[in-house]
Amino acid sequence: MISFILNNKQINTSLPPGTTLLDFVRYNQHLTGTKIGCREGDCGACTVLVGELCEGAVRYRTATSCLMPLGNAPGKHIVTIEGINLDVLTPVQQAMTDESATQCGFCTPGFVMSLAGFCLSDKAPTRQNAIAAIDGNICRCTGYKSIERAAERVANQLEGCNGEEAAQFAVEQSILPDYFTHIPERLHTLSLRLNGEHQNGTLSVQYVGGGTDVYVQKHDEIKDASIQFLSDKPYLKGIRQEGRECLIQAASTVTDLIESVVIQTYFPDFKTYAKLVSSTPIRNMATIGGNFVNASPIGDFTIFFLALDATLALNDGSQTREVPLHRFYKGYKTLDKQADEVLEQIRFTLPNSATRFNFEKVSKRTHLDIASVNSAIRITVEEDIITDICLSAGGVAPIPKRLEKTEEFLIGKELTESLVIDAINVTQTEISPISDARGTETYKRLLLSQLIKAHFLKLFPGLNVEQLLTPSAL
Amino acid sequence: MKNIDSRTHVRGESVYLDDIPLIQGTLFGVAFGSPMAHGVIRNLNVADAEAMPGVVRVLTHKDVTGENQIGGIIPDEPLFADHHVHYVGMPIAFVVAETDDDARAAVKKITVDIEPLRVITDPREAQALGELIIPPKHFRLGDTSTAWAQCMHIFEGCADTNGQEHLYIETQGAYAIPQENNGIKLYSSTQGPTAVQRAVSRSSGLPMHQIEVDVIRLGGGFGGKEDQANMWAALVAVAAHVLKKPVKYSLHRMEDMAMTGKRHPYSSDFKIGLDNDLKIIAYEATFYQNAGAAADLSPAVLERTLFHCTNSYYVPNVSATAYSCRTHLPPNTAFRGFGGPQGMFVIEAAIAKAAESLRIDASVIQEKNLIQTGDEFPFGQKAESEAPACWHKTTELYELNAIRERIATFNNENRLSKKGLALMPVCFGISFTNTRMNQARALVHLYTDGSVNVSTGAVEMGQGVNTKMLQVAAQVLSIRSERVKLLTTSTYRIASTSPSAASATADLNGRAVQLACDELVKRLKTVAAGELQTDVEAITLKDEWVYVNDQKTDWDWERLLMAAFSKRVSLSEHAHYATPGIHFDPIAAKGHPFAYHVYGTAIVETTVDCLRGIYEINNIKVVHDFGVSMNTAIDRGQIEGGIVQGLGWMTMEEVIFDKTGRLRSNALSTYKVPDIYSVPDEIAIEALKTEQDNLAIFRSKAVGEPPLMYGIGAYFALRNAILAFNPTARIPFDAPMTPEKVLLALYDGRTSFSTNDQTASYVAVNS
Repeated sequence: MISFILNNKQINTSLPPGTTLLDFVRYNQHLTGTKIGCREGDCGACTVLVGELCEGAVRYRTATSCLMPLGNAPGKHIVTIEGINLDVLTPVQQAMTDESATQCGFCTPGFVMSLAGFCLSDKAPTRQNAIAAIDGNICRCTGYKSIERAAERVANQLEGCNGEEAAQFAVEQSILPDYFTHIPERLHTLSLRLNGEHQNGTLSVQYVGGGTDVYVQKHDEIKDASIQFLSDKPYLKGIRQEGRECLIQAASTVTDLIESVVIQTYFPDFKTYAKLVSSTPIRNMATIGGNFVNASPIGDFTIFFLALDATLALNDGSQTREVPLHRFYKGYKTLDKQADEVLEQIRFTLPNSATRFNFEKVSKRTHLDIASVNSAIRITVEEDIITDICLSAGGVAPIPKRLEKTEEFLIGKELTESLVIDAINVTQTEISPISDARGTETYKRLLLSQLIKAHFLKLFPGLNVEQLLTPSAL
Repeated sequence: MKNIDSRTHVRGESVYLDDIPLIQGTLFGVAFGSPMAHGVIRNLNVADAEAMPGVVRVLTHKDVTGENQIGGIIPDEPLFADHHVHYVGMPIAFVVAETDDDARAAVKKITVDIEPLRVITDPREAQALGELIIPPKHFRLGDTSTAWAQCMHIFEGCADTNGQEHLYIETQGAYAIPQENNGIKLYSSTQGPTAVQRAVSRSSGLPMHQIEVDVIRLGGGFGGKEDQANMWAALVAVAAHVLKKPVKYSLHRMEDMAMTGKRHPYSSDFKIGLDNDLKIIAYEATFYQNAGAAADLSPAVLERTLFHCTNSYYVPNVSATAYSCRTHLPPNTAFRGFGGPQGMFVIEAAIAKAAESLRIDASVIQEKNLIQTGDEFPFGQKAESEAPACWHKTTELYELNAIRERIATFNNENRLSKKGLALMPVCFGISFTNTRMNQARALVHLYTDGSVNVSTGAVEMGQGVNTKMLQVAAQVLSIRSERVKLLTTSTYRIASTSPSAASATADLNGRAVQLACDELVKRLKTVAAGELQTDVEAITLKDEWVYVNDQKTDWDWERLLMAAFSKRVSLSEHAHYATPGIHFDPIAAKGHPFAYHVYGTAIVETTVDCLRGIYEINNIKVVHDFGVSMNTAIDRGQIEGGIVQGLGWMTMEEVIFDKTGRLRSNALSTYKVPDIYSVPDEIAIEALKTEQDNLAIFRSKAVGEPPLMYGIGAYFALRNAILAFNPTARIPFDAPMTPEKVLLALYDGRTSFSTNDQTASYVAVNS
């Protein structure tokens, strides 16, 4: 039995936990305001809010219900557009109407929910943040300008909030119905009742974290599978610093990472990198562990943590084993991981003051797209000599790749423009990109060269641009 | 006035096809599409699928009760493949089961042996083999063969544009419910209810009056549901007719993308000649349209390419030839602009080539050749031109010279970042080029409580047509808009509809509403004159009150209706409108096919990151010929939306088929449409207001398609930015300008490690 609150209603369902929340709300609960656009988290038409107890309060984040299994819903408050409707239009709905930000209307509930999620977040009420909240919503009619204007209105509306609890403020402002004020205690009661109930004793054939990859690829097959859900396991959550090391529990989401103080401290540009990675609802759902285990040769965070020389801790239920991330990939979608092993933790040494780090990604569409090529670098240069380098690249090999030959070539040498050019030529010998929908082989080779130059130009502004652009460099 | 659906849209209460409450006993269908692009079916095994739980029946061509044919213009498209398959995804069988899950599980059990035949994906290859949908079409003006002698400069080249996925967020679908005595009620997500009715009639064998097609609204259409809604409607209707049960099919996104046609890719050759003064003296173009496996609307799209082959320019000598080439791709179809954008791209490429060769700015040539009132289009119609007015207002209002200076300074100061600018004038003809389609009907009922129902043939798909229809009714009847309700589009209320397409829906249906309401007002005035014992001429209706000689009476709208009813005067009217004065002779390729043209000019500014090959479209500044907009909020939305869709087509949207005819950009993860971060920071829209009369409804010119073509400017702006970085870049005219093409152009593809010369359109994908 899966128990959660859907809008203002207690749900106890015995449907297969692999059922998507989207199918459940539309076809079981007949709440048809949540729309189906793509079933792969790319359009946002099915966006809902997911509230969960977090230190006594309810924290709401957006999620694409097409990728969220019922198994990740227990003990939570799921809100569809029907759950925010009042007799009058809410300020979000009024802004969308006033700005003519709805044409065919099919994507509209998704936008409304994303903006409602923004109202419930602790983000500063700026135009930029309001627009960031709808970065996962695709509209094919409006060209977005009217939606931007509506988002700006919503942000202005929120300026009156003086540190009040977001849901409380939202109820007072008629942004949300007043049943929201009772959700924390209802979730608390529910969590007591759920205690120990959702343990799945049977041997699982499938692990699911955030579901953002597995539900894209195996939507039909997974529904009735026996699933072990990892997303809400307390021992898999959390990001912390221990000495010089950072420890990330594998079910931490990308949003958790963005909001982590450790990450913010040591990677001031992290937000900028993360903006290039998926969209708000996906970042809210996708786990770091999942990004590693799905073994995509182009996983953005795999590339990121490869350059940090991260180490993984796997547990098979009785003992823990450690594997360096760059030894984790044996071949295309093949891992050094047994079927019963779960990735529990990622640890890496935090950069020191001499370490420089950069992440680059280019895709056909800059945001909410899969990279054509991505790359990350960790480098230390002391007295012009490269004393440490760790360089990774995605989209250029069957696996997320550490560019070990290039590293070997660079280490111990004096950093000059011609060294970078020579290093790029070494890189070309150790990659094997293929032509696919994200680009031809020729392009990927050229692009990686450019991204390596971009690393150096960004981290070492003293380098001469002209010398790096000469055709011989290609 | 805001879109009348706004309230239900933002509350998630608007009903689309998949939201319609199901009738008990409804079955679910899923199509089984061909796994091969071209071949002969040797063996089809559906037995395993039929044995699956919940499966009721697997239908094939043998089960079609009427004719196995849904082709609209040409009968060349079977509903089910019978002996041959012509594209990947072509329906071969239709599984009907008790649940959607059951049907989807069963469809995977179908197997088919197909003996492969040669697969053609390239239109030029098809043309060389004589694989043409229709004989080639020619448009001619003057005599190009003698005109070349007058030209100082002659340039030739090729220009290609890729297809475009419609990506309406609501996928295709239909729901058929059997009625007594063999009737069928059909909900369809279609722009063409009559086209669906006709296709269902033909494939089921039932007369048209047995088939009601009802359309509530569409979650986007963009042309993709003009003819291509027929397939799904016919499948569920035939299944419902055979099984005597309601049958529904709502396509999954990947099915929709794989099985439906898109904007036509074109490959074209051009030759342009200019005199010493940069006047275009002669222009020749040959268009190879990639039609896909069946005609669909390709012949009409092909013709519109020719209608717009000279865009906004007057060229005295034109010779344009167009081939509709049959390939083994899903039949390509209507998409906002309907072949026009493909034609315009080629002349813009020709001008760009001339300008780059002569080392001048393309806008110099563009401006010198803008079409003037009285100039003749290649198809014989004389222009009533706003092209120079739009152009000059654009350059002055937005201070083009200052923009140019700013960009020049930026480019001097930045090495790794370059800006580019382009102007894009647009001229688009309004009317169906098939003259007979320019007709519409409306049905207006006045009820005795004062409320009003309006039915038209227009389909609401986000373009706001119902809001405009409501405005027309409220204004002509002089009543509050809250009294008027727009009904769904039903073939039982309005017959023989033209599809909602060609930007003409509001004009045609709006005029019909206007005629119906005019007639009702006439009748009501007669009643009022009788009651108030005065002449009809003395009566006016204003803001729900009857006036006599401009004096308000104590007769209001409701009292007047009640009086009319008591006097047994009809409170209903069905009106018919046909656009006057238009004609076209397709054999001579001459006539006056368009009610009017819409003009406009856009300035597009881009910035290219010359290190990474990525770019931003910074802003688009437009002066657009609205006539007199009857709804500025809706019209502005159409322009902003059209521009961004055009930008998508020209930049990131890349339809990729491999050489076996398999779609590789088959999901939203591999086919990217603009997101909120990829739109320009600024889209400025200024109206060119014109006072002269036109055939538009309330003189408010059509606005659906023309803005899409402003997006073409982005392609040329990107070229100019690339050339600012690398003046010797050799950039093929090959849209879209993806980051890949930009990077390769920036560095001339001069890579020491180039291992092959695959083009992006035909990449071999490692599956």
